[in-house]
Amino acid sequence: MSRPKVAFFDLACCEGCQLQVANLGEELLDILGRIELVEFREIMSENWPGRYDIAFVEGSVVNDEAEERLLEIRQRSDILIAYGSCATIGGINGIKNRRPIAEVQHAVYGERIDWFPARPTRALHHLVRVDYSIPGCPVYPPELIKVIKAALAGLPYVVPDYAVCVECKFNENVCMYDKGVTCLGPVTRAGCNSWCINHGNICYGCRGLVSNPNQAGAKEVLRRYRLDPDRIVDKMTMYNAAMER
Amino acid sequence: MKKNVSLNVNMLTRVEGHGHIVIDVRDGVLEKAQLQIIEAPRFFEAMLQGRSIFEAQHITSRICGICACGHSLASIQAAEDAIGFSPGEQTLQLRRLLLHMENLDSHILHVYMLVLPDLFGVKSFMGLLPEHEEAVRRALRMKKSCNDVCDILVGRHVHPISCVVGGFTKLPDVRQLEQIHQLLSALRSDLAATVELFRQLEFPDFTRETEYVGLVSDDPEYPLLQGDIGSSDGVRRVKQDYRAVTNEFMVRHSSAKHARLSRSSYAVGALARFNLNHTKLHAAARDVAEKINLKAPCHNPYLNSAAQLVECVHCSEDAIMLVEELLAAGIDQREAIVVGVNEGGRIPVQAGSGVGAVEVPRGLLFHHYEIDAKGVIQRANCVIPTGQNLQNIEDDMAKLVPEILARSDEDITLALEMLVRAYDPCISCSTHFLRVDFVGH
Repeated sequence: MSRPKVAFFDLACCEGCQLQVANLGEELLDILGRIELVEFREIMSENWPGRYDIAFVEGSVVNDEAEERLLEIRQRSDILIAYGSCATIGGINGIKNRRPIAEVQHAVYGERIDWFPARPTRALHHLVRVDYSIPGCPVYPPELIKVIKAALAGLPYVVPDYAVCVECKFNENVCMYDKGVTCLGPVTRAGCNSWCINHGNICYGCRGLVSNPNQAGAKEVLRRYRLDPDRIVDKMTMYNAAMER
Repeated sequence: MKKNVSLNVNMLTRVEGHGHIVIDVRDGVLEKAQLQIIEAPRFFEAMLQGRSIFEAQHITSRICGICACGHSLASIQAAEDAIGFSPGEQTLQLRRLLLHMENLDSHILHVYMLVLPDLFGVKSFMGLLPEHEEAVRRALRMKKSCNDVCDILVGRHVHPISCVVGGFTKLPDVRQLEQIHQLLSALRSDLAATVELFRQLEFPDFTRETEYVGLVSDDPEYPLLQGDIGSSDGVRRVKQDYRAVTNEFMVRHSSAKHARLSRSSYAVGALARFNLNHTKLHAAARDVAEKINLKAPCHNPYLNSAAQLVECVHCSEDAIMLVEELLAAGIDQREAIVVGVNEGGRIPVQAGSGVGAVEVPRGLLFHHYEIDAKGVIQRANCVIPTGQNLQNIEDDMAKLVPEILARSDEDITLALEMLVRAYDPCISCSTHFLRVDFVGH
């Protein structure tokens, strides 16, 4: 059996999720033994004119050019994987959606806004069918491996729909609320093994919100700890603003 | 010979971000030599406006996945400058260690994965596997070691978790410092093999004298995290005066601004640092420079990769020394902080303006924030190394193309691609910060 043809693409992003692939170390060579990497502009000069069995797309759609490119990739791919928060939920590129686009352009390009056209940030699934999602800013390597295995075997992968708190409790972290700061762990999808809280920082919700967040519970927590609800709103708009539609 | 050459290299590969090279020669006369930057804008300054200064590191780290730690350190330095916070010695030592790991990791990625394929005449890193598997394995192993150190130090290399305004949210314990020491010591033999490999390879021969800009200081230390801005043409300014150095201007073919100082262009990066500060390098790094025949002042931009190799040895040796100092003094765990977005005002905030100037892998990086009395960002500006190099790259191309006009289009293209790659451009970084209405406000 020939090895599946795999390609990596990037739209508006920092390319950090692609870098997570290079960061796998020699394990990467094991993966490369199972697939045929046909396009990966960041580290390869090769181009592939045919079909892709699996296309990883990092980044969000912020202009017409990117939209065209995404549609073309979708057409040429059997499996499309939204790779990283920018692709799955818009990520921090979505912050600008909370202001009128002309105002945002003016803030950066001054009077010359017509030189570099832009649109509100969109996640991939807003425009095309997405077969697998790997959320995270950046992606969590064990989850990346899990999804690659699932995609190669033709099995489904579902991003956990329970809160980061579940994993955080297993890791025996002291709750950030007990330390007096707000944290999005209670409303954010797990699967990262509470990466940030393990290192003493708060959860910023980079993996997207659970489908049915416990709002009453969250309000109760804020009341109990006498914290300002606006702080929570600020944090939710860090990664999830492009999902407000 | 009157020759016509029209080259259009679409979507430059093996660079970070999206760029085109456009060359136009008519009747033997160069009419156009451009590095077009077509990265989709992401509007970082607009994102930052209205957000807490305690979120700036988190957001600006996302400018670039490769130099996330560098952006974090510049952002934190600017934020602390703005609120008037002075970090302690332990914090500064850990930040220096983190910066060394950033430069080391990025340089390894660049010299092995992006540059080496050209020197061996293959199209990509994967193309090296059949004949140079040991080099591929070594590169991946070294990168993994850098990552493992960053995992211990800040949670991860891409978008570090625990380095924030005010210090670190988690500090390594003795056992972890020993682990770091082990990882770094084990790198030595791989670095020696890397030097040996590159000693046998030949970089293209080309020279163009230009102005080199980087941090300078009167301390004996090779300046990466602290110092004034200096240039090989004798300019010296404090970091707060960075605008007088960068003199940015917009050009139509690039969504990233260009820069110039005493001449039509200037260069930042490993070669600039080497030219300015080579006497301050660790002795082992100076030995490497001698071995690979890199001498200051060097005006061959292709040798930026060689300067990176020299810095790899400096960074790893200085990192080992830092870890030994930290082990000897012991880590004070009481300095670990809880910050969030500074709920409860644990860190005092005042209105102000602050600048961070840090030597990251691709050169001198500036972050500048203005905040109100509550610590909310009013204006933000970042000047990215690659942006500062763009005009210099185009000036190089303009001198190089007439010199190699007799070659085939294919060879000219390769020479130009290699030239651009030598600068290790980080295009997605360079485009995200453009503003035109900030000067003199």
